[in-house]
Amino acid sequence: MIEIDGLTKRYGDKTAVDRLSFVVEPGVVTGFLGPNGAGKSTTMRMIAGLDRPTSGTVRVNGKHYPGAAAPMSELGILLDARSVHPGLSARNNLLALARTAGIGRRRVDEVIDLAGLAEVAGTRAGGFSLGMGQRLGVAAALLGQPQTVVLDEPVNGLDPDGVRWIRLLLKSLAAEGRTVFVSSHLMSEMAQTATRLVVLGRGRLISETSVEDFTSHAAAGGVLVRTPETARLGQVLAAPGVTVINDGTDLLRVSGTTAEQIGTAAWRAHLPVYELTPTHASLEEAFMQVTQDSIEYHAGATR
Amino acid sequence: MTAVMATGLAPAPTTVAGEVTQVRVVRAEWTKLRALRSTWWCGLSAVVLIVGLGAAIAGSGTPYHVSAGNSAATGVSAALLGVLFAQLVVGVVGVLTFSGEYGTGMIRATLAVVPSRLPVLWAKVIVLAGLVLPVTLLCAVVDFFTATAIESSRGGSAIALTDPGVLRTVVGSSLYLTVVVIIGLALGALLRKTAAGLSVFAAVFFVVPIVVGALPHTITGFAPYLPSNAGGVLWGNPLTTAHALSPWAGFAVLCGYAVVLTGLAAWRLRRRDA
Repeated sequence: MIEIDGLTKRYGDKTAVDRLSFVVEPGVVTGFLGPNGAGKSTTMRMIAGLDRPTSGTVRVNGKHYPGAAAPMSELGILLDARSVHPGLSARNNLLALARTAGIGRRRVDEVIDLAGLAEVAGTRAGGFSLGMGQRLGVAAALLGQPQTVVLDEPVNGLDPDGVRWIRLLLKSLAAEGRTVFVSSHLMSEMAQTATRLVVLGRGRLISETSVEDFTSHAAAGGVLVRTPETARLGQVLAAPGVTVINDGTDLLRVSGTTAEQIGTAAWRAHLPVYELTPTHASLEEAFMQVTQDSIEYHAGATR
Repeated sequence: MTAVMATGLAPAPTTVAGEVTQVRVVRAEWTKLRALRSTWWCGLSAVVLIVGLGAAIAGSGTPYHVSAGNSAATGVSAALLGVLFAQLVVGVVGVLTFSGEYGTGMIRATLAVVPSRLPVLWAKVIVLAGLVLPVTLLCAVVDFFTATAIESSRGGSAIALTDPGVLRTVVGSSLYLTVVVIIGLALGALLRKTAAGLSVFAAVFFVVPIVVGALPHTITGFAPYLPSNAGGVLWGNPLTTAHALSPWAGFAVLCGYAVVLTGLAAWRLRRRDA
């Protein structure tokens, strides 16, 4: 479990993380979403005790992590693919970390196999591709069989095989009762992997919710209605808060009301309806909507 | 248990990770130092510089004769000239041991598994000192025997380890290099950048002593207290002319620099974001 309370980090007069409070529960995969510069990596560094909070607290499994007696059993973290020594082989990078907790070579070889690095274990990590570096970083995070796993953008640079591997891995870690907290800018990836979501924008908490709620509450969802009487049905449905869009075909895209209400209204007005499909906003759309105001660097911004 | 098997994690109900102890962190740091090629290259060049240069000096020029003005210890110091260059190699190893981790980002992985941080610094001090002391001592002893054998074969005075100041000079050169590697390490930890660490190290151990040596003596009263001069008295650094300190007092001053710098490094490591 990760408990974050009033967490703030300032670099000079720039506030990277602003009074952040949320809890990451064990047993499920929690996604950490936010545009670039939202403060995700800073938050993760503070969880690992690498950056000192300006104010506020972080507790990992109920404890202050830097004071943990057996840190590797508490927290495993992947910060970025280049937290390795390029002059050391994959195996020696892992072995150096393992030694601090008295973890033996057998476990090191286990995570090497688990991460699919067996063939390159003796090769210097400096020559690794981004994807192999990610696999090495994930192997390092799992080395101590930690109760809590924190991964910053683990699918970055991975091939489809690797992406599937991460997805299954995260789910099975959660199924073992571990706390799994994973950041990503790939919203679609989160939709397939995460159960809970923490959404960040400009260092502030925007939303702490389930993936389901997050998508369904976003207003971008709507109902697709196929009818030969597009104009008349549009008039019937017109009401404050309801938007009806017709692109010139026999399709209406209606938002602000439900499929039940549309069906009933059409039946009362004796208008034929051939199709009535509620659509959910994709997580991506929902995310864009929720974070629109907080995106710090708009593409093509003039300021 | 089936879920555990499914991910390939060890089928142990609990974690494999034990408590962090100083001994374990020392083993971790030794794993890194031993596996880095730079360690072996630097070790090899230290051997070549000390032993090779000593033999070359003994084999050239006029054979050394011990007299009232030329003590046996001074003759040994001359054969240890390679220490002057080996200190640069040793300093590089020291600086890189920390700055290399900051430069590559490995420091974040290192400190994430040892979040109390200070054991990492102590472990690096222990493994570096534990490597440099025996290696350079062996170099100095081998250098002593080869250089004196060459000298006496060419008609110079026979010098024994038991002659006044000789053993202190031989052992002192190794002690000097051991403290120098710790100063390099502390500079690497304080400055974090390899270029900055090496520049400051080279300035303190090469540039400043030479510049100060060229200045009028009236304004260079501090010269004996420069790290290389203070520590140089112990092994008779041929460049050290201002011998205001006794050998062991000079060495104590050098150790003082190492303690202060390591203390600052510890303070910075604890306080600053990684």
